[in-house]
Amino acid sequence: MYKNKYPGKLYIFEGCDGSGKSTQAYLLKKWLEAERYIVFFTEWNSSDLVQDTTRAAKKQNLLTPTTFSLLHATDFTDRYETHILPHLRAGYIVICDRYIYTAYARDMARGCEYNWVRNLYNFVVQPTKSFYFQAPLSVSLDRILKGRPELMYHEAGLDMGWCDDPIESFKIYQGIMKDNYDKMSKTEDLYVMDATLGINRQQTQLREIIREDLKDYVSPYQKPEIKMDFRKYLNKGDM
Amino acid sequence: MSRKHYGTALPNVDYIDLCGKLIVIEGPDCSGRSTHIQLLKEWLEASGHPVLCTGLKRSSLMGSLIERAKEGNILGSKTLSLMYATDFADQLENKIIPALRSGFIVLADRYIFTLMARDLVRGSDREWLRELYSFALIPDLIFYMDVDSKTLLHRAFQKYGQLDYWESGMDLGLSNDMFESYTMYNRMLKNEFEQLAQEYGFILVNAAGDFTDTQKAFTEKIIEFI
Repeated sequence: MYKNKYPGKLYIFEGCDGSGKSTQAYLLKKWLEAERYIVFFTEWNSSDLVQDTTRAAKKQNLLTPTTFSLLHATDFTDRYETHILPHLRAGYIVICDRYIYTAYARDMARGCEYNWVRNLYNFVVQPTKSFYFQAPLSVSLDRILKGRPELMYHEAGLDMGWCDDPIESFKIYQGIMKDNYDKMSKTEDLYVMDATLGINRQQTQLREIIREDLKDYVSPYQKPEIKMDFRKYLNKGDM
Repeated sequence: MSRKHYGTALPNVDYIDLCGKLIVIEGPDCSGRSTHIQLLKEWLEASGHPVLCTGLKRSSLMGSLIERAKEGNILGSKTLSLMYATDFADQLENKIIPALRSGFIVLADRYIFTLMARDLVRGSDREWLRELYSFALIPDLIFYMDVDSKTLLHRAFQKYGQLDYWESGMDLGLSNDMFESYTMYNRMLKNEFEQLAQEYGFILVNAAGDFTDTQKAFTEKIIEFI
């Protein structure tokens, strides 16, 4: 990873499924836009080029831990090269719902060597701020299992063969993910957020940090306001 | 017997009893690789050895994606190199390793070295590449078909009737002139291959001269080895 030498800002959101990071990222984006900043938002596994291949491969169960890792790296790199990096160079704010730490945590859970995975992603820019939404396993599991009991094969970690029951497998997988995140929170530059607090309270904390960080930041471009004052034109355009 | 990799073990892969042989044939476009590989396969099979031929971009996982991606023009160079890495890993785990386990001779029409050379020319970091591909199996033999650039150029014309966009390195923006770009690009590739040859121990085969001489060089080395 190298230091961000570009005028843009990169904020990344990490954490287990059900930690609430996506909600927080979304609310932050809404606020920044209301403050008239221009925000580029990107999610894991969403490259136009690669995602169909990933989806098909997962469906047909073609992936090994190594190709799982490399395919997600390809997806990430496509988004990185075509969107994230150009937006940073142009001076915009970029919000990533998951960044390379997701890859570290997942690939290591699948048995890939830490050094190999780190090397894979070492060409990326270091985030301006990295937030890790930390919650006890029982809390995040509860949020997920209450709301969305249909778990996808890889999402539940069934490819690892820990056990056949998707729910049990998911719990094991998330437990390993959480351990990996917790370990990284000590060695990497991650800001730990208490994800058990209320949504609004977390968002307030987050905004304080970001506001401070943006003190000297100037948006490279102001979108012209597109509003129409209808009243002015009433009765003037009669046919 | 346990087979060796270049430093990174693949998860869930057993390296014991991969008793086949892995023979890699590297060389630039139009060096005659495919022709020689086809003949080697005929010869080895006639001699009673089971043979599997592999090559780049042939995985069921990535093959069509790479083709599609190369048609567009918004592809980052790192993205393309990771697509090739994924393709390679898929073939290594699903074709090469199972074949070696069954005692096949695997003839690889290019291997990680072509991928590395292409990326090095495009500015990738040497250490990054070395670590990325450290999960590759160490081949038993690595041949490099050496052909001077002038001969390659003429063969390219005879083969395709024109120069190919990617084989001319046009994506590098070395020159708008395809002819000039082709020459520069192939010279750069050759330099990278020469460095890799030292590092990874290639057997150089002169492939510019007489066809039967080249063939003889291959077969003699392979007989000596098996």
